[in-house]
Amino acid sequence: MTDRLEISKTYKLFIDGKFPRSESGRSWPVGGSEAAPFAHVSKASRKDLREAVESARRALPGWAGATAYLRGQILYRIAEMMEGKRDELAGAIEAGLPAAPKTKAKKPARGKAGSGAKAGAASPLDEVTAAIDRVVHYAGWADKYAQVLGCNNPVAGPYYNFTSPEPVGVVAAFGPDGSPLLGLVSVIVPALCAGNTLVAISANDNPLPAAVLGEVLATSDVPPGVVNVLTGERAELISHVANHRDIDAIHAANLSEAEAATLRAGAAENVKRVSVRGSRERIDWFDEEVCQDPWWIESFVEMKTMWHPARA
Amino acid sequence: MSTDHASNGHVTTESPAAQRVAARSPFVAPTWNYAPAPESVKVEISPTYGHYIGGAWVSPKGGKRLATLNPATEKPLAEVALGAASDVDGAVKAARKALPAWSALPGAERGKYLFRIARRIQERARELAALETLDSGKPIKESRDVDVPLVAAHFFYYAGWADKLAYAFAGRTPKPVGVCGQIIPWNFPLLMAAWKLAPALACGNVCVLKPAETTPLTALRLAEICDEVGLPAGVVNVVTGDGSTGAALVQHEGLDKIAFTGSTEVGKKIALAAATRGTRLTLELGGKSPHIIFEDASLDQAIEGIIQGIYFNQGEVCCAGSRLLVQESILPEVVKRLELRLASLRVGDPMDKNTDVGAVNSRGQLERIEFYLKEGEREGARLHVPGAGGSGAGAGAALEGFGAGYFCRPCFFSDVQPSHVIAREEIFGPVLSVMSFRTPDEAVARANNTPYGLAAGVWTDKGAKVLEIASRLKAGVVWCNTYNRFDPASPFGGFKESGFGREGGMQGLRAYVSV
Repeated sequence: MTDRLEISKTYKLFIDGKFPRSESGRSWPVGGSEAAPFAHVSKASRKDLREAVESARRALPGWAGATAYLRGQILYRIAEMMEGKRDELAGAIEAGLPAAPKTKAKKPARGKAGSGAKAGAASPLDEVTAAIDRVVHYAGWADKYAQVLGCNNPVAGPYYNFTSPEPVGVVAAFGPDGSPLLGLVSVIVPALCAGNTLVAISANDNPLPAAVLGEVLATSDVPPGVVNVLTGERAELISHVANHRDIDAIHAANLSEAEAATLRAGAAENVKRVSVRGSRERIDWFDEEVCQDPWWIESFVEMKTMWHPARA
Repeated sequence: MSTDHASNGHVTTESPAAQRVAARSPFVAPTWNYAPAPESVKVEISPTYGHYIGGAWVSPKGGKRLATLNPATEKPLAEVALGAASDVDGAVKAARKALPAWSALPGAERGKYLFRIARRIQERARELAALETLDSGKPIKESRDVDVPLVAAHFFYYAGWADKLAYAFAGRTPKPVGVCGQIIPWNFPLLMAAWKLAPALACGNVCVLKPAETTPLTALRLAEICDEVGLPAGVVNVVTGDGSTGAALVQHEGLDKIAFTGSTEVGKKIALAAATRGTRLTLELGGKSPHIIFEDASLDQAIEGIIQGIYFNQGEVCCAGSRLLVQESILPEVVKRLELRLASLRVGDPMDKNTDVGAVNSRGQLERIEFYLKEGEREGARLHVPGAGGSGAGAGAALEGFGAGYFCRPCFFSDVQPSHVIAREEIFGPVLSVMSFRTPDEAVARANNTPYGLAAGVWTDKGAKVLEIASRLKAGVVWCNTYNRFDPASPFGGFKESGFGREGGMQGLRAYVSV
């Protein structure tokens, strides 16, 4: 066995079904040590965000208009592809943690799942498992939430009247710190299953799983632009997201009060729907009671009520 | 045409055309006219009102008051308290004090209070309708047949939900959100109060309601009813005042939730104010709702729908069908029929039971309408005022010839371009912008080409087309082959910049619980 020079990878953004580098040309080292980072990840800029929003907007009519059955099938396909990449995803969770400057951490072998950072904490593989199950959970909601959230209304007159949910549009989702895959998936799929298109932004403390998730989505029958994934710094992107006029809703969790206020203040200008979860009590992403909830879908639908005379 | 029914502060106005007809001998020109038919109920109005806080009537702490006028006569009806920040603070504290007991009450018991309120509204319906018309200018026909019955129905509807909330939220345990600050507009004063209070109370919340500056009287009467039925002190508080009172309420740190109905401009400011604290928020804002008439529509019914859509409540309706999109082939016919139908609408004394279009709510609103009438003409659209009978030209045809009071004849613009101000901005008056389209795709594109998304209308006799167009319209309420229908069981609220949250129906509970 001769020593082989490893191919080190720069993870790229996922926009419109393609993998561009950041237009800014920026990338930053992730994982490993300062001297030997695990990989480089593209750092999204404001312009990348704009591209991603445009792509999501273009993809919206097709995805919103797809049958609920098809959306469910495609979400399930995402879970299937994640299952096949369990080890790679787990490796990204482990490896993508911030570079520890002084320690001479051994570069983890690519594609090998770690055993968990802290004692008692869920292992990266546990996180992948929970993330896959979360996708499956919401895949099943795709053709059911309308029956739970919508209804016929018995109005006092000769009218047929019913209320049904419609997607709100383009949703920006911030992956939470501390749960770079499970948390990210949990802020994406409730909106996704309801026919919204997304611009997802990686967890600030570990962007790598988001980059791998983009690669999963690219091979999951998700139409181009339906989910766009940006790796970048939340501090840089948050006000651009809040102020973007063509984003209809924002999903985030476990933010600081200042970050949440930034989102709401920017959102006021075009009356965005903002859901910041975990303000009082931090969201535990493994808690299915909390995170698997049709009311999380409800945050990203608009209720449309139709009236029609029922007597000729 | 003047009569002696001025005891309620009425005025009778007639179009100049009708006055000329009346001046002629009926034997020469047998034109049928209406005799005045004034609503005869006498409403007692106190000269001054305080706030209703903690179950008591209290004077404003700052000592300031403001007059509320009858917009049909411009004469003051009463003076109400002008709420200062200290009044708002008192109300929020009274509400906070009442919260534990009220939210701990079994749902069935809370519901019974709401049932009682609904009953009292029915019993006092005639008085409430007359008072609403005096204070707001809307025709008695509408306050009597639409507003007040819907108010009672709304309380009845949510009364029944109070002990059934768990059924509305699948797999969750809904809890009240707490103290709700609620700010309502002047176009449906009592109905908006009901839309805000009924679901909030049913869910176990307590409320501080701020009625509009120009229409506080029926909300105060509703507070009286709450008192009458023994609603525990502090559960409902009413603080009257102007925009500064509303601002003080929004900025109060003791609120768990803010609910606002009004303009998009103010709604955005409120969203900004609530941003820092992250106070729960629902907004029901403005609209410029499209009303689409296809060539295969049942035209007689569609014309009535258009009239109902834009001239109901003087067009002072957030979901008014103010952008009429007519398929090109039937445009001349629709314009002809609109001219004919508009000439028959009766404008004038809101207390007259035959009046179709009453008084505009305030001088400020009338001036706003005048601005848009002039702006429409300036941009090249053609103004039609079929009922003017030669009373002035241009905007004057709609506005001149009335004595005291704020009146505007129902009118419409043709030759309107989508870029015109009158096609984009909310006028909130009896002014329709008529445009045309060729294909269904064009109709949908034009209809959705607005930051608003409150309501829409579509008229066609083809079933699949109704459903397809309705599903493509970006609006929270779509009226198909009808317009401006309301019901407590039917959720109402907008897409996009028309706000978020729904009022009415099961979905209307969502804003007042945490799940």
